[in-house]
Amino acid sequence: MMRFLLLFSRQGRLRLQKWFTPTPEREKKKIIRDMTTMVLARKPRSCNFLHWRDLKIVYKRYASLYFCLALEDQDNELLALEILHRYVELLDKYFGNVCELDIIFNFEKAYFILDEFLMGGEIQETSKQIVNRSIEASDMLQETMEEYMSKPAF
Amino acid sequence: MSPSVRLQEMIRVIRSARTQGEERGVIQRECAAIRAQFRQADNGGRSHNLAKLLYVHMLGYPAHFGQMECVRLIASPRYSEKRVGYLGAMMLLDEKQDASLLITNSIKNDLSHSSQYVQSLALCTLACMGSAEMCRDLAPEIDRLLRASNSYIKKKAALCAVHIVRKVPELGELFTPAARSLLSEKNHGVLHGAVVLITELCERNPETLEQFRKTVPDLVQIMKGLVTTGYSPEHNVAGISDPFLQVRILRLLRILGRNNDAASDAMNDLLAQVATNTDSSKTAGSAVLYETVLTVMDIKSESGLRVLAVNILGRFLLNNDRNIRYISMTSLQKIVVTDHNAVQRHRGTIVDCLKDPDASVKRRALELSLALVSAVNIRSMMKELLLFLSSCPPELKAQAACGIFNAAGGDVRDETVPNLIQLITTASDLHCYTVHKLYRALITDISQQSLVQVACWCIGEYGDLLLRGECDEIEPVQVSEDDVLDALETVLQSHMSSPATRGFALTATMKLSTRITDNVDRIRSIVSIYGSCIDVELQQRAVEYNALFKKYDHMRYATSCTENLNKKSSFCFPFVCGLLKVCDLLDLLGGSEEPPQPGPILGSTAPGPASTAGGDLLDLLGGLETPETPETPALTPAPTLTVYEKNGVTLKLHCHKQSETGLTVTLTASNSSDWDMSSFTLQAAVPKVRLPPNPVYMLISHK
Repeated sequence: MMRFLLLFSRQGRLRLQKWFTPTPEREKKKIIRDMTTMVLARKPRSCNFLHWRDLKIVYKRYASLYFCLALEDQDNELLALEILHRYVELLDKYFGNVCELDIIFNFEKAYFILDEFLMGGEIQETSKQIVNRSIEASDMLQETMEEYMSKPAF
Repeated sequence: MSPSVRLQEMIRVIRSARTQGEERGVIQRECAAIRAQFRQADNGGRSHNLAKLLYVHMLGYPAHFGQMECVRLIASPRYSEKRVGYLGAMMLLDEKQDASLLITNSIKNDLSHSSQYVQSLALCTLACMGSAEMCRDLAPEIDRLLRASNSYIKKKAALCAVHIVRKVPELGELFTPAARSLLSEKNHGVLHGAVVLITELCERNPETLEQFRKTVPDLVQIMKGLVTTGYSPEHNVAGISDPFLQVRILRLLRILGRNNDAASDAMNDLLAQVATNTDSSKTAGSAVLYETVLTVMDIKSESGLRVLAVNILGRFLLNNDRNIRYISMTSLQKIVVTDHNAVQRHRGTIVDCLKDPDASVKRRALELSLALVSAVNIRSMMKELLLFLSSCPPELKAQAACGIFNAAGGDVRDETVPNLIQLITTASDLHCYTVHKLYRALITDISQQSLVQVACWCIGEYGDLLLRGECDEIEPVQVSEDDVLDALETVLQSHMSSPATRGFALTATMKLSTRITDNVDRIRSIVSIYGSCIDVELQQRAVEYNALFKKYDHMRYATSCTENLNKKSSFCFPFVCGLLKVCDLLDLLGGSEEPPQPGPILGSTAPGPASTAGGDLLDLLGGLETPETPETPALTPAPTLTVYEKNGVTLKLHCHKQSETGLTVTLTASNSSDWDMSSFTLQAAVPKVRLPPNPVYMLISHK
């Protein structure tokens, strides 16, 4: 299973964190520090895989964001690269040419999309269309409910 | 008007803060406002406030006061509030918080909600942070959803079940029947969830594994469908139909086929088909091939298939993509023990990877090359490895050198030992890693003399690092003081150890006496046993060390300092022993009233020179021999003595009698190198014998 997924900028600012196992706050902060230091120190054309403690770390840079996934021993690293790519594609479809600012200002949507794609450290849905449709439907539900209640959401 | 404006406004304000202090100020104000809002009654902006809090939390600020608000929002009938409430629960609550139990009831209710999107929120949250308690409570609900719901909910319920099984393994039995029936679903999401669930159940329970072996034909069928099907736009990734599902099925087949001939036979054809037909020009295809290779190597596959798998890895080694080269080497590392000959065929490519600019690839290539060294190829391999050692990055040097030593065995020239020790000393951040690795090499095999000598030296020097147990780069193993002493004693007692090696081991044992706390007596007894050893050198060392224990225990720490190893002998001890001899003799002769002059013992890199106390006595004895000091001249009754000359540092002792009862010893230290010398410390050890009636002045002049 995947242990955690982190998104951070080139300056090491965290944009998204998803933890698939219960982790104390202090430990989370330490892990984030370690990951940002390790990944940002990598040279541009290095291999996308790292070893850290007993986990395999897979990272990929998309524009100004680093996507960092921690895997257990049995997990397939090459597939993890595909998982990261799939998530970026989903974000791109939703926001239309997604960039870091979209994720900053709409972080809760980024989480909602992630929660339709991955769950409990595993892939939940392998079809892009189905994930997109689910998100659209949830958003629609939220809006109709809001119109019905005639109160703004956020 | 966009619904998120107020949240986005806050984000904008925070981002426009120019300093950390300014940001903190803004956030403190916002948090205060949010807290006030939480205390008020429902004002329609609750989800908005919680969302702001979650943003602040992501920046690293404390947000625990939002936990109860999450609980309240989850219980709200509004979907938008539930959505943010559940998100907050996943971010702020975990099973250790008390508040998490409070949402169990809400989750239970939402699992039976009429809207599948509300059900989905509950399932997602349960799978993310459900505690064992909550899991036990809600397992029957999940089972119900596994059987009778639409595919959207089924796939989520399956992963929820996976989480439950991980938290409470006994509940696995509850889900087994449902899992079995899910395999006949057509929906890929459900199928994927089912495969993950079955994998989890089989890994935890061997009986369940037996049961699910019967599903191998079904899984093979599904795989065949995926591999041979035409283009399916919904699941296509770079020409591969649903690589995510394919990889999971292959992984399950691996578990089912392991140690079982029948199951392995049933999947043989399929694996061959996948291995030959999958297009590996893109990552997706390579991922599937990689998983196939792992499966083939792990089950009882026929030899033709194994050769095919190793050849795929060999092809990967030549791939332009660095990731794929890295992956293939990791896999080859796993199989090099069992399929050594097959991997040997690719030795040339592997050795070429030593020159890869990427550090991770280099590291893997090194490990693999070392594993491939055999009696047949040792010459060419050594040439490559030594070439690598001379140009490799510093973090790999220790590993490479150790590996070369291991491989080279006993055919190593004598000079390499001190040279290697020199190398290890300079790489100070690698001391921990080096001593761990050498210790492990030592306990496996003590026949390679040079390796054993280096290992003993390292254990003596860095024994405290070894016993502390933690080391970043390798898996930690708890090493106790007894373990280390056992290892050294084995070396001492083994007939395979040469006298020089024994010397190393004895010195290392002695040095450990200052680095360990519990077993000093054991060390004492080891040392005293060798006091009557046949080997003269060993006996001499043992006697000297014994003396250190008995009379000069207080000096033991000072003399066990870090030192440079020059030839074979340790520098420090002989000098101090020379000093001790002088003291003994003074006692014997009931000598001068003043005590032996304290000899300066330098703390960092220089050994302690022996002091001369009273030229007359030395005359009487016709000069004193200090054992095994190839670097120093024999002590003569000359008034000026150069006791240390190395690396540009020269130490001279100058004695002259001032009065009948007083002797002045001047230590002159000079630096003839081009660099400044810093951290020069002088430590003087004064034996607790008698205080001098006159003060002892030590005149030191620095240059």
